[in-house]
Amino acid sequence: MKKKYEDLVKKLLEKYPERQKEFITGSSEEVKRLYTPEDTKETDYSTDVGYPGLYPFTRGVQPTMYRGRLWTMRQYAGFGTAEKSNQRYKFLLSQGQTGLSIAFDLCTQIGYDSDDPMSAGEVGKVGVAIDSLADLEILFDGIPLDKVSTSMTINAPAAIILAMYIAVAEKQGITPDKLKGTIQNDILKEYIARGTYIFPPKPSMRLITNIFEYCSKYVPNWNTISVSGYHIREAGSTAAEEIAFTLADGIAYVQAAIDAGLEVDNFAPRISFFFNAHNDLLEEVAKFRAARRLWAHIMKDRFHTDNPKSQMLRFHTQTGGSTLTAQQPDNNIVRVTIQALAAVLGGTQSLHTNSRDEALALPTEESVRIALRTQQILGFESGVTNTVDPLAGSYFVETMTDVIEKQAKEYIQHIDDIGGMVEAIEKGYVQKQIENSSYEYQKQIERNERIIVGVNKFTTKEESQKNLLRVDEKLELLQVQKLHKTKAERDEKKVHESLEKIRKISRTQENIFPNIFEAVKTYATLGEICNVLREEFGEYNEQLVL
Amino acid sequence: MKKIRILIAKPGLDGHDRGAKFVARALRDAGYEVIYTGIRQTPEQIVAAAIQEDVDFLGMSILSGAHNVLFKKVMDILKKEDAEDIIVFAGGVITEDDIPHLKALGIKEIFTPGTSSETIIEFIENNSSKNN
Repeated sequence: MKKKYEDLVKKLLEKYPERQKEFITGSSEEVKRLYTPEDTKETDYSTDVGYPGLYPFTRGVQPTMYRGRLWTMRQYAGFGTAEKSNQRYKFLLSQGQTGLSIAFDLCTQIGYDSDDPMSAGEVGKVGVAIDSLADLEILFDGIPLDKVSTSMTINAPAAIILAMYIAVAEKQGITPDKLKGTIQNDILKEYIARGTYIFPPKPSMRLITNIFEYCSKYVPNWNTISVSGYHIREAGSTAAEEIAFTLADGIAYVQAAIDAGLEVDNFAPRISFFFNAHNDLLEEVAKFRAARRLWAHIMKDRFHTDNPKSQMLRFHTQTGGSTLTAQQPDNNIVRVTIQALAAVLGGTQSLHTNSRDEALALPTEESVRIALRTQQILGFESGVTNTVDPLAGSYFVETMTDVIEKQAKEYIQHIDDIGGMVEAIEKGYVQKQIENSSYEYQKQIERNERIIVGVNKFTTKEESQKNLLRVDEKLELLQVQKLHKTKAERDEKKVHESLEKIRKISRTQENIFPNIFEAVKTYATLGEICNVLREEFGEYNEQLVL
Repeated sequence: MKKIRILIAKPGLDGHDRGAKFVARALRDAGYEVIYTGIRQTPEQIVAAAIQEDVDFLGMSILSGAHNVLFKKVMDILKKEDAEDIIVFAGGVITEDDIPHLKALGIKEIFTPGTSSETIIEFIENNSSKNN
């Protein structure tokens, strides 16, 4: 039979050659014409693939997956002031969104108050400006924190923002054990790809393990970290690099917590992940499956845990922002649909779908609605949610799953050889790998080897885009006035004392979180707390590898 | 002939350096002398680097929306430092509405998303021949 097929192909190719000499995935992995049982003969169903909800979780972390509950539809949002963002969250919840995802402006993410000279021009631009507890109170005004789960994209100052969140809940009469949500809290990928670091690796890892410890006792339903490959992929990595570098970051966090004296099963069940969904549908599905299997193996073999909750890789997905084109932006709706489908077929726990206009600006309300509806159509109309992991057993998808896992393992081995992820970052190894992949990808587009519809093929004369969202420059002034008002009304002595306590404890090995919690309640600002920590911990300098 | 020197800079707080790094590397591959500042540079740091490195061109990238404020600062400081002979170009997430105003500040060209490196190289060639 096989011989017959090969002869047939040979004859056909003489007359009708294929469109391209070689076919590659979005990550430049070669794809064969046909996959057959021969490609998967090494795969053992029960040990390598298995059943959903069971080790190694290749097919999903829940036994019934979306038959039980759909993924959480969670749109990343926030801009301008807390008042403006609060309105957007209420709009999203009214449209059927099931979780919140807070975008902070860059000043907040890097620990500068809105009146800091470093903040000029950036206040409220890519997210909401938060200077003190007063802002977070407004941000969640009228939103019951025991009813929604909230994901917060905050890293270097994660402890401060989480402390503020717990304090807002307290004012709503909600105890910390009722809170559900996630802080990103993933500093390593900030050094690698995203850029909102403040402190050097060592004190940063300490802040992270302090949060692990505090939450395991008092905020047990909180995801204390979201180890993120999203930004690594956005920076230009391949699918295998995304998985490898993310899981290598995960290994570093688990090891740091163990080294700090924590029991693996006390914190590992609250570790979550965050991945990108790129254009190549089947490669992405394979990527998610490979990531689950690899993490389960890592937790079992490297960290010796048999607790399924510590072994299972739960993840959020965002469709790939860098795949959006400024040209013919409505085409982005279609790209996002394919990417979101990949995330769902890959078994994501929550999903953000990008809006069509995001290559140009923050999305308008109308664009966000279409993006959310895309998820709802996938969830309720497409039928792909009716059975668990429907692509399992596809010769191609299972082969790709194996290939990506194998490549990722090799990268992780190499990082181990360098001495771990912190070392690999300080040597610039990870950044260089990503930069090379990114450069090659862009060159493929420039050589027309990779087609981007509307950019290097099927172009039209672009019309100027109307109806883009603009963040009013006056909001910066307004936010600074609010900050000064808060400062004028608080008890300065209490603020000063709480800041000095943070300074003192930062010099010890003790958990710093309780002192940060006390400080935010005095309305000490994010910038003030970060400045104390900057003085004590120092600042990180970028490892330039170009 | 002296090689054309170009500083690629990231003013402001955003860490989206994929584009800046690509442009820097593509220009280097095209034979220019390229220096990249890294992310999170203040306007003062950028101008100081441009003067110290004696560059012919300064290319800046911002994706956070802070361009109206930060590009203006860079242009003001260049003027103050008597370094207006440096030819400035920029890129990033910049909407069409902002381009006339940015060009009025003295920025020679704004490259929006989707621009090929060939277009940027052409710009460098056209403007350096006039200059030298």
